[in-house]
Amino acid sequence: MTERLLEITGLKVHFKTDDGWVRAVDGVDIGIATGETLCVVGESGCGKTVTAKTILKLIDMPPGKIVAGRIGWRGRDIVPLSPAEMRDIRAKEIGFIFQEPMTSLNPVYTVGEQIAESVRTHEGLSRKAAMDRATEMLRLVNIPSPQRRVHDYPHQFSGGMRQRVMIAMALACNPRLIIADEPTTALDVTIQAQILDLLNDMKEQLGTAVLLITHAMGVVAETAQRVVVMYAGKVVEEAPVGELFANPRHPYTQGLIRSIPRIDRAATEHVRLEAIPGTVPSLLNPPLGCRFAARCRYATEACVAAEPPLREVAPGHKVACIL
Amino acid sequence: MANYLLRRLLIAIPSLLGISVILFVVLALAPGDPFGELTTNPAIPPEVRANLRASLGLDDPIHLRYISWLTAMMKGDWGYSFVSRIPVDQLILQRLPTTLAVIGISQIVALAIALPVGVYAATRPYSIFDQVANTLAFVGFSLPTFFTGLVFILIFSITLDWLPFVYRTGIDASGWRWWWEQFRQSIMPIMVLGLFQGATWTRFVRSAVLDVIRLDYVTTARSKGLTEGTVTMKHVVRNAMIPVVTLVALQMPAVFGGAIVTEQIFRVPGIGSLLITSILANDTPVIMAVTFVFAALVIFFNLLADILYGWLDPRISYS
Repeated sequence: MTERLLEITGLKVHFKTDDGWVRAVDGVDIGIATGETLCVVGESGCGKTVTAKTILKLIDMPPGKIVAGRIGWRGRDIVPLSPAEMRDIRAKEIGFIFQEPMTSLNPVYTVGEQIAESVRTHEGLSRKAAMDRATEMLRLVNIPSPQRRVHDYPHQFSGGMRQRVMIAMALACNPRLIIADEPTTALDVTIQAQILDLLNDMKEQLGTAVLLITHAMGVVAETAQRVVVMYAGKVVEEAPVGELFANPRHPYTQGLIRSIPRIDRAATEHVRLEAIPGTVPSLLNPPLGCRFAARCRYATEACVAAEPPLREVAPGHKVACIL
Repeated sequence: MANYLLRRLLIAIPSLLGISVILFVVLALAPGDPFGELTTNPAIPPEVRANLRASLGLDDPIHLRYISWLTAMMKGDWGYSFVSRIPVDQLILQRLPTTLAVIGISQIVALAIALPVGVYAATRPYSIFDQVANTLAFVGFSLPTFFTGLVFILIFSITLDWLPFVYRTGIDASGWRWWWEQFRQSIMPIMVLGLFQGATWTRFVRSAVLDVIRLDYVTTARSKGLTEGTVTMKHVVRNAMIPVVTLVALQMPAVFGGAIVTEQIFRVPGIGSLLITSILANDTPVIMAVTFVFAALVIFFNLLADILYGWLDPRISYS
């Protein structure tokens, strides 16, 4: 196995609320090798975004708290790092792309200034040199006439173009890892494909590793090398992408794959798209046993009694299910 | 931009005309007679009084009086005070610098309190500092200036005897001594107005910053590895200032209005006390002119607010 760039082990992030501690992330292990694309998939509220933001400590602490675990970045645990040390990692080593391109750019600065800002912070470039870099980055993400557009404000860009700007911003300091938190969710379908293509392109050109958070299995199939399936703050399955789609072991993963709309089953066949019944359990008092048991069609008493550990069922394929 | 300014200034003309008509009519309908004093004065025969009225055009129908007032105004003739016989524009120009100095400095004091306190409190919501600041701000803007003014006089002038409580125009001193006396007599009205405005604006700044601080682009800024200070100043405060600047500019005319009370309490010979004395004396030309100046200020600050708004927010364009 290649050297792991990022190695998260046993990460637990809890949030303090008036009703008690919400265990948003409750023991997550994720590893990414240099240059690899890893997808984290799961439905809303299962802790994907919190996990991603915790890597750069972008969650609000308090109310959030890293209760346990280790976030190994290039062999060093970054959980105990000071805010100043964290700032050296942000953008320079790990870039972040957010879900909402419409609100993630500051409306009062030109996109050039916003891209240049991180370059100037981390590389100490002059204003002029940083703006040249910003123009270069816009060209890289295929924004037409970058010399002119670099002086435009975010409201002069469409959603897809803004997401390109976000990507340019995240890549500006040439980080080793990019975390993309549902980068296509807010975009319409044709733009989604363009953005994913762009991400794949960038990854190939620059050799950046990508941690892609998504809830769309289609996106997973198109981009990932490995997939981590999360459910209710835990990893339930991890496998190479081909293996996961061919041989999903966890009932939740199977449900997710069945719920993908398929073009080969035409509407005339009147096959209803399958959904997973129920919703994610409350993370305030998560069930003792398997957290998916209440929604699982195969659930037995043993599932409710004890939490199934993540075990390796095939090389590189881990699953947290007793079946 | 120049085009926009021109258009706005042209729109201001009918507004000012409308305001002047309303003012004029209201003042004409108001009870009281500038020559009321003369009626009770036995030394002046009734026909002299009638002649005087006729010569000033006071017996003409209201629309004729308005038109003559308007044409005089346009020529730059603001008329004479009935009471002091001094030209009105001269009277206003005499009083305006004092008002501008007191109000101007008090607004600077207000901003100097509101900006740092509001921003700091919002970056640490519900901390001890925030709660103390909030409570004080609430007290500050709940207490009217005429009350705090009297309390200040009671404490600093009467009990402690540190500061004079009557504002004097002629200070018989020069150099540093003059400035020191000027400072001593201005500090109370300035603080009363400044603290009141500061309290109001602190709450506003705090909520404006709180609105921005949770937005996505602030997290984006943080993800770039900027320091907390840079994130707050460059990304949070810069955006939070957009509504604050608008509010401050729009509140300015109201501040002038509020200053009338404070000027009266501390006997500051400003434009506000001029208005009060002229109202009491039924000195119509002065009342008309002062209220008209206030109206013009409202229109000016509205325009200023719009221009500042567009300058601060690139999403707004003047075309």
